[in-house]
Amino acid sequence: MSDKIIQMEEVNKWFGEFQVLKNVNLQVSSKQKIVVCGPSGSGKSTLIRCINRLEEHQKGKIIVDGTELTENTKNIEKIRAEVGMVFQQFNLFPHLSILDNCTLAPIWVKKMPKKEAEELAMKQLEQVQIVDQAKKFPGQLSGGQQQRCAIARALCMKPKIMLFDEPTSALDPEMIKEVLDAMVNLAKAGMTMIVVTHEMGFAKEVADEVIFMDEGMIVEKQPTKQFFANPKSDRTKLFLSQIL
Amino acid sequence: MIKNLDFLGKPSIEKISLFVGLGASLFVLGVVDLLLNSFFGFNLTSFLPRWLNYLTPLIFCFLGLHYIRIDYSGNKNLDRLNKNLNSNWFNSLLSILIIFSLILSIPPILDWLFFDANFSGETKEECTGDGACWIFIKIWLPRFIYGMYPLTEIWRINTTFVLLIGLVILLFVSPQKYKKYLVIFLLFVFPFIMINLLSGGNFGLKWVETNSWGGLSLTFIISIFALIFCFPVGIFLALGRRSSAPVTRYSSIGFIEFWRGVPLITVLFMASVMFPMFLPDGTYMDKLIRVIIAITLFEAAYMAEVIRGGLQALPRGQYDAGKSLGMGYWKLHLLVIMPQALKLVIPGIANTFLALVKDTPLILVVGLLELVGMIDMAKTNPKWLGFAAEGYVFAGVVFWIICYSMSRYSQRLEKRYKTDR
Repeated sequence: MSDKIIQMEEVNKWFGEFQVLKNVNLQVSSKQKIVVCGPSGSGKSTLIRCINRLEEHQKGKIIVDGTELTENTKNIEKIRAEVGMVFQQFNLFPHLSILDNCTLAPIWVKKMPKKEAEELAMKQLEQVQIVDQAKKFPGQLSGGQQQRCAIARALCMKPKIMLFDEPTSALDPEMIKEVLDAMVNLAKAGMTMIVVTHEMGFAKEVADEVIFMDEGMIVEKQPTKQFFANPKSDRTKLFLSQIL
Repeated sequence: MIKNLDFLGKPSIEKISLFVGLGASLFVLGVVDLLLNSFFGFNLTSFLPRWLNYLTPLIFCFLGLHYIRIDYSGNKNLDRLNKNLNSNWFNSLLSILIIFSLILSIPPILDWLFFDANFSGETKEECTGDGACWIFIKIWLPRFIYGMYPLTEIWRINTTFVLLIGLVILLFVSPQKYKKYLVIFLLFVFPFIMINLLSGGNFGLKWVETNSWGGLSLTFIISIFALIFCFPVGIFLALGRRSSAPVTRYSSIGFIEFWRGVPLITVLFMASVMFPMFLPDGTYMDKLIRVIIAITLFEAAYMAEVIRGGLQALPRGQYDAGKSLGMGYWKLHLLVIMPQALKLVIPGIANTFLALVKDTPLILVVGLLELVGMIDMAKTNPKWLGFAAEGYVFAGVVFWIICYSMSRYSQRLEKRYKTDR
């Protein structure tokens, strides 16, 4: 067994005729922070959705924390409980209060006693500074607050890995910072993170490695400094010149 | 179309009191003319030719409304009246026609219902008025409520429903902690107590055959059981129809399309006549149970489609979020998907429930007599011939009260569970 917490080997995926992932290889060690960027439609979201099998890959191998992702439902549920995910559209449960959003999975999936789950949830909400909103419903919160709640909800499952799928893309500019701050704090606390984002400032500050994807392939994978200072491929250079 | 009626004189805001006075008196004149004409046989305008004479109330009122149609008059009530009933000549004509038909129809209806009706008495002969004979309802009321249930035993029906109502009230006022147990008791234990109390045969209770159950109490029994059962069946069918496993999906689709495509009368007839033939010899299933099962399956098919509508309205992100937290299929649906989907389709569910309650009279065709059935029977009783109208009005009022209270309750639920937006 290697110390790699995520291993993807020759992963291929098709949506019908269209190939979204082409021979993707990726190793992530524990506590590593990886930022994935690339133009839209390049397969970044699909890549991280494959890691907790929200999307099925058709060829290749994905091993998460020592367990290979297969049809086996038990394994999938076990891995999903260990891998937290934050979505672009927050996807909070609108029928539950903020607190209940956070305690739902710990109570029902991890069989945690209600009281303990609530204490844990309050602690996580404190971390992202929305503890005063705990009794409110998602619809009453701003986008930034909702996204921070979504982060807290994922953390309540005490995941080993956190996946972020463009967490700031649906937010007003002034709310982006509060969400990024929460993510920076999380990174400092030593979480393993894979973040799909266009926030290059965040990448520079936090990431150990940056991956650039295009047309379903990993075009470039470099430590952060090299990635920005001297990208190898022309495609990356072009992309960076356009967004920086 | 007539663009303007200026040839009649254009009402102006400067002479507002003159025009409003003129308009109002013309309108009142029209209404008085109509009233005198239709209820007292007295004609104000008999000097006019007959065809014109007939239209005078309409013309008076029309002119009256024309003269009070002043834009921005500054008078709040007048403005509101003009906006809602009198915005142009066509709308004013519609308003007048509606007002006239109300004036013409309400007094006779009230007369029939109350003023000319007979309330006191014991026999048909005491109904001497022109109106309704409510004695019929009064005398037959126990039968309408309890059917052919032995009159000495009707305390059992009363006890059952008092218990039921008491438990439901208790459910609403009890603290959150005990609600769970009460619901379980109501859904899984109480139905058996109810059946046992009603049919008897043990604990010293006399056996009462389901054939003699009837009237309003039977309406309630069938509705309650069918409502309780069709809901979960509908949920499973809706989930089944969206399942990715072909066997589950196609059998759900087949089931739903079969029951939706068959008339309820046919289903009831099958349940009562054909079904016993398929049972092995010696086994027997009560007709009432067969009918309840038939209605349940029939309404469950509709319920499934209503719930499926709610499921389809949910964004995929909700599934993603639930799955990413490690929830399996059942937890995901029970905790995340169903609460939201059901909330979305409360109006549709209420619709199906109301339809179910109103479908119960159809069990008449298999010889079970609930409220409408009992009325049907009573009206053909030789001693009480000719009171069909009273019976059906009574049934209509009772069903309306039941359905309207259900509809109000569903509106309350909608408000209570409205947590977003």
